[in-house]
Amino acid sequence: MSYQYKHHGWQPCPEARDETVRHKAIIVGGGPVGLTTALELAAYGVPSVVLEDGDTVSEGSRGLCWSKRTLEILDRHGVAEQVRARGYTWHTGRLFHGDREIYHFDLQAVAGEKFPAFVNLQQYYTEEFLVDAVARQPLIDHRWQSKVVDVAPGNDCVAVEVETPAGRYRAEADWLVAADGTRSAARRALGLKFDGSTFEDCFLIADLKVHAALPNADRRFWFHPSFHPGDTALCHKQGDDMWRVDFQLGADIDREAEKDPARVIARAQKMLGPHPMTVEWVSIYTFQGRRLERLRHGRVLFAGDAAHQVSPFGARGGNSGIQDAENLAWKLAYVIRGKAPDRLLDSYDAERGEAADENILLTSRSTRFLTPKTAAERVFRDAVLDLAGEHPFARALVNSGRLSTATIHRRSPLNGGDGGFAGGVAVGGPCPNLPAPAATGSHLLDSLGRRFQLLCFADGAPAPAALVELDDDIEPILVTRGAARSQGAPQSLADPDGRLHDAFAAQPGTCYLLRPDQHVAARWRRFDADAVKSARDRALGY
Amino acid sequence: MAKLRTDPNLTDPDGFYEALITAQEGLPAAAADQLKARLILLLANHIGDDETLREAVALAREGLEKKSR
Repeated sequence: MSYQYKHHGWQPCPEARDETVRHKAIIVGGGPVGLTTALELAAYGVPSVVLEDGDTVSEGSRGLCWSKRTLEILDRHGVAEQVRARGYTWHTGRLFHGDREIYHFDLQAVAGEKFPAFVNLQQYYTEEFLVDAVARQPLIDHRWQSKVVDVAPGNDCVAVEVETPAGRYRAEADWLVAADGTRSAARRALGLKFDGSTFEDCFLIADLKVHAALPNADRRFWFHPSFHPGDTALCHKQGDDMWRVDFQLGADIDREAEKDPARVIARAQKMLGPHPMTVEWVSIYTFQGRRLERLRHGRVLFAGDAAHQVSPFGARGGNSGIQDAENLAWKLAYVIRGKAPDRLLDSYDAERGEAADENILLTSRSTRFLTPKTAAERVFRDAVLDLAGEHPFARALVNSGRLSTATIHRRSPLNGGDGGFAGGVAVGGPCPNLPAPAATGSHLLDSLGRRFQLLCFADGAPAPAALVELDDDIEPILVTRGAARSQGAPQSLADPDGRLHDAFAAQPGTCYLLRPDQHVAARWRRFDADAVKSARDRALGY
Repeated sequence: MAKLRTDPNLTDPDGFYEALITAQEGLPAAAADQLKARLILLLANHIGDDETLREAVALAREGLEKKSR
């Protein structure tokens, strides 16, 4: 293994000295989702304890494609640029039928955005950067080699039993976030069903260090390639000259024989060329599409793979987990600080449950396209592939994975009025991270804080006097086509080329109410202080 | 059924039927299956409207379940 794993030992904690501490929040699982949750909570001033079973970061690269929305969330913790610098940035997907490229798609939709559609980086690096960010954050108590063996939810508290190299202890918290992965101990302790569908086909997934300078390549996907007849294959470049390959193997295979490194290399060399290479990690998996019926169980909230599991084609596992963390953390922080009712946490289930359903639907459709179950299904799949080479309409039907984009919470109970807009940023969706030069940074999201904010497209006119009537919890931000005012309240952003105005379908007077997670809560064509406050209250669960 | 036309709409029914049958002449079964699938996809794209297509899929399937059981 070329990656140097740092090992983190167990450190004594108050509970191990028989002191009783009531924590605000315990997070079970120190993977990307748990660590992001802890960082987000800390950014709202809420302390937490992270309990991690292992003593180091992810074994093998596992999660690989980090989406634009994930990068935007990580950027709030100084981690996104590290991921970008280490990783491989891409936005094109190339589709092959046989050995012929039938078309490619481009995921880079909006010019000028701060982050690309995807950065590929091995999960251990992303976790390492998150671990470092957590270490810089005094509000987070990150406990390694701390395995949660039981969870006991109560009416006003949650208790966990933790096993460490120095013995067991019991810890208590007001809230528990279960981010402990597909085999979640918390889910088992609560006896919750994790239902859905399982697909039969086995896929071989491997990370290979290639000891040759291969040309860069974005995502490549093959149906029926000559190097792997009859099945599908996928290839991604990662950081450090590491390549991810994925081969469909069918249902009846000898798993151990297929994981033999010599055999994996023989397969990969047919794809990548006869270069020397080393197998860094290999696994065989089948597709799962399942979720918890509810993501909230009283004081226990489930996030990431502990809450839902999807097939990897589409990069919807890790990316949806990071979005869970962001969605949950601000709500939990507002409830913990007494600024929102407990009910706000039900909207976590509503919003991220909707996202989980969407991810399961889209990945299940991809899976059905990749693995036709009957001869009749295969006839249509092959007809689509044959037509796609010549006819653009059929390319829309080729489904090698619909890649992760930020979820728009269209049916959220927190959503306010959509104000009769044609286009712009939908209520429930995140703001686009377009250029918006200001003292706080180069792009729009750099200027958004961890509070409710009202984007006002004033178009050079003075701000409505009523803006000052907004209470302290809603900060107005003016967006002007001219130069930004350099100082004074309210904050102002320059939009000289009109890109923000276009993206928000803004006219003079247009206002967008933004939540602390940068999603749109409501929007209007004309400012109305009472309507804004009422939408803010709704978005807080009142 | 609201959007799918089921009233007579073909300009040359006999001619169309002949062309449909003739296209499959001499093809092995697998290729004939491909022909049918391609034809469905081409026509579906021409129609485009999702509601019409779903009505057509539902109507095409009607009655088949009983026969196969």
